[in-house]
Amino acid sequence: MGEELKVIVFALANEHYGIEVDKVRTIERMMPITRVPKTPAFIKGVINLRGVVIPVIDLRGRFGLEQTEATENSRIIIVASNDLEVGFIVDSANDVIDIDSDAIDTPPEVVGGIRAKYLRGVAKLDEQRLLIMLNLVEVLNKDEIIQLEQLEE
Amino acid sequence: MDMNAYLSMFIDESNDHLQSLNENLLRLESAPEDLSIVQVIFRSAHTLKGMSATMGFEDLASLTHEMENVLDLVRNNKLKMDGFIFDTLFKSLDVLDSMVQDIVGGGTGKADVSNIVASLKAIVSGEYRTDAAAGAPAKTGMDGEPRGIELDQFQISVLQQSMETGHQVFHIIVKVREDCVLKAARAYMVFELLERSGEVVKSEPSVQEIEQEKFDRSFSVYLITHKPMEELKTQIENVSEIESAQMTLLDEESLSLLSQPSKPQPAADRPAEDKRPAADENKLRTSGAQSGGAVTKTIRVDIERLDVLMNLFSELLIDRVRLEQLAGEIRRSDLTETVEHMARVSGDLQNIVLKLRMVPVESVFNRFPRMIRDLAKTLDKKVDLVITGAETELDRTVIDEIGDPLVHLLRNSIDHGIEATEKRLQAGKPESGTVNLRAFHSGNNVFIEIEDDGGGINRERVLATAIKNGVVTADQGKSMSDEEVYMLLFAPGFSTAEKISDISGRGVGLDVVQTKINSLGGAVGIQSELGKGTVFSIQLPLTLSIISAMLIKLGSEKFAIPLSSIMETSIIRREQIHHIHGSQMIEFRGAIIPIVSLSRLLASPDFDESQETETEVVIIRKGDKWAAVMVDEFIGQSDIVLKPLGNYLNGSPAVSGATILGDGQVALIIDPNALIK
Repeated sequence: MGEELKVIVFALANEHYGIEVDKVRTIERMMPITRVPKTPAFIKGVINLRGVVIPVIDLRGRFGLEQTEATENSRIIIVASNDLEVGFIVDSANDVIDIDSDAIDTPPEVVGGIRAKYLRGVAKLDEQRLLIMLNLVEVLNKDEIIQLEQLEE
Repeated sequence: MDMNAYLSMFIDESNDHLQSLNENLLRLESAPEDLSIVQVIFRSAHTLKGMSATMGFEDLASLTHEMENVLDLVRNNKLKMDGFIFDTLFKSLDVLDSMVQDIVGGGTGKADVSNIVASLKAIVSGEYRTDAAAGAPAKTGMDGEPRGIELDQFQISVLQQSMETGHQVFHIIVKVREDCVLKAARAYMVFELLERSGEVVKSEPSVQEIEQEKFDRSFSVYLITHKPMEELKTQIENVSEIESAQMTLLDEESLSLLSQPSKPQPAADRPAEDKRPAADENKLRTSGAQSGGAVTKTIRVDIERLDVLMNLFSELLIDRVRLEQLAGEIRRSDLTETVEHMARVSGDLQNIVLKLRMVPVESVFNRFPRMIRDLAKTLDKKVDLVITGAETELDRTVIDEIGDPLVHLLRNSIDHGIEATEKRLQAGKPESGTVNLRAFHSGNNVFIEIEDDGGGINRERVLATAIKNGVVTADQGKSMSDEEVYMLLFAPGFSTAEKISDISGRGVGLDVVQTKINSLGGAVGIQSELGKGTVFSIQLPLTLSIISAMLIKLGSEKFAIPLSSIMETSIIRREQIHHIHGSQMIEFRGAIIPIVSLSRLLASPDFDESQETETEVVIIRKGDKWAAVMVDEFIGQSDIVLKPLGNYLNGSPAVSGATILGDGQVALIIDPNALIK
């Protein structure tokens, strides 16, 4: 048996993703977002989280998935990594589960179109479902954003 | 005992003491006869020594100890200050300072102090005179006096003077308990107490010996004080582990008895010489006793806690605005009253919270006199620095940033502004140049001015250099006003000094100043008159955390523009916009100024001013450049709390930050400087 990991499970385009609980500050319902001009399309803008201004990213956009309108189930997961605090818009956030760190396998080369470097690994939830563990540092990597911006221009 | 807990306190206090040592030595240099200043210096050095010894910084303690020895001779009139002693003391302070900085950086505070200690020792023994070839005859002859309970002539005269002016003189014998463990510490507490209530003239054994526990069970002191005997006695005896305090009131008769065993007076002119410093000391003593009660009590607070307080308060401010809106909608008089009262209280609270972060500019200014002194010496110029308005307060964040730009400007004034001494005399000016450093409030701004009475700025030379360095073309130069030419000094890669010195004139510096001040939301200006002098003025916002702003609308989006850069608002018609060489301009108050489309710049999704026949514009200013910014609608003026956009979004163009509006929404703050090219 490896270490027990507490993981927040959220859904994005019919897939299940996981982030370690200690990286997550809060989970919020959708709230008004103020657009910030001249930023990549997946950066939705900034929100007021109890007096602190926090940027919000649409994770669908970040992973190059089709962006959809927010629904009743949409949530903003506020994560903190290094000295960055960022909100992720996800389709829904439903669960907190314990998984065994041994149960996380290294990701296969191609997983649902999302490049492997954003992923820490894949864990089996039950017979049907797989849980994709996010690599937060890579998701929040700004160097790549700069490249993206250059691509857009 | 965990010393780490005391380390930050030690560092803070050491810095304070070093600063006060520096200041007072400078004061003493201009008035070397004033023994009251020596007393103050001595006390600072003494406290510093005690503190460093307690914390285990041996080198610090031993260096301050030697300084103390020198100062002790000076304050007892056994040694006269001269240039060599000043230089050695200043050097010692520099070494002390670097040791303390080492401790701040996590070091051990160790340094090789043997050289400087040797010089100090030479001063004490009087040997240095042969090296320094000073003319004054040695006056250290009294060193060999036997030490006993008897007072020397100087101390006697001090005591006599005090009696004449109505003070009481006590002889106190303090006995510590037999089982006392920390004799030195208890004795120190007694000394603390005595020095608070009066002045200790003489102690037996000496203070140093008492601190090293070189006494048996009792020690005695002579004390000058206002306080009644009984009160003092109980206070001393209340110090733990003190057995008794035996006090005797001295009168002139007993005093003359005491002076009997002391040596005959060395020279007939001694008493006359002694009287004056004694009187000075008296003055100091009484003023010290009076101000002692009036000193305001302060505590040191971690700046981070103040930031948290500020954040919490700004949340409250946002809720207040929201409540006011709701109360306006609900229209119930008791609710409105409560909300109004809350608004008043929160207004007062805002003042206090902002004031907490305000620091007098003194904390930046106080290192300049020393810097100017050294600089003037290096350049062989005579310069007086006159500081006014050091009590003017600025936000802590601004204070932290303003130091370097000011150093640059001051160095520039002394290196390039103030002329060499011969040149000044030729021009009929006083030999020593004057640099005025002024700080004052005006409206929501603080101004800092640096004025020198030097040679002023030579327009032609500045222009020639600028043209040579390709900053402007000769044609451009002709049409420039004097002030525009002076501002070229702030252009990157500019230097007019013919001789490059290590003080300034590397061509970097002044442009750094302007960049820094601009980033603080301030502005720099120059006035100059050839042959008369130059004034550099810096305009700074009072605070960086709450600013007044104009809220505007672009379609559904709201933005804030800082009021400090708005000149006025106006409405223009479509046909007033001229297209000149591919850019849009309007005529405004007789000048042609560019017009900026905010909606295009910010890629506004639902507003386009080209659909309108009449457009609201905000006229903004950056230095002497103006521009008109087209907006959809004015909302109004409001105090807003600045919030950073966060690390993830830094460097968004034309946006300098965000704020939270009364309805809880985030509004972006436009950076007007980015709108004017």
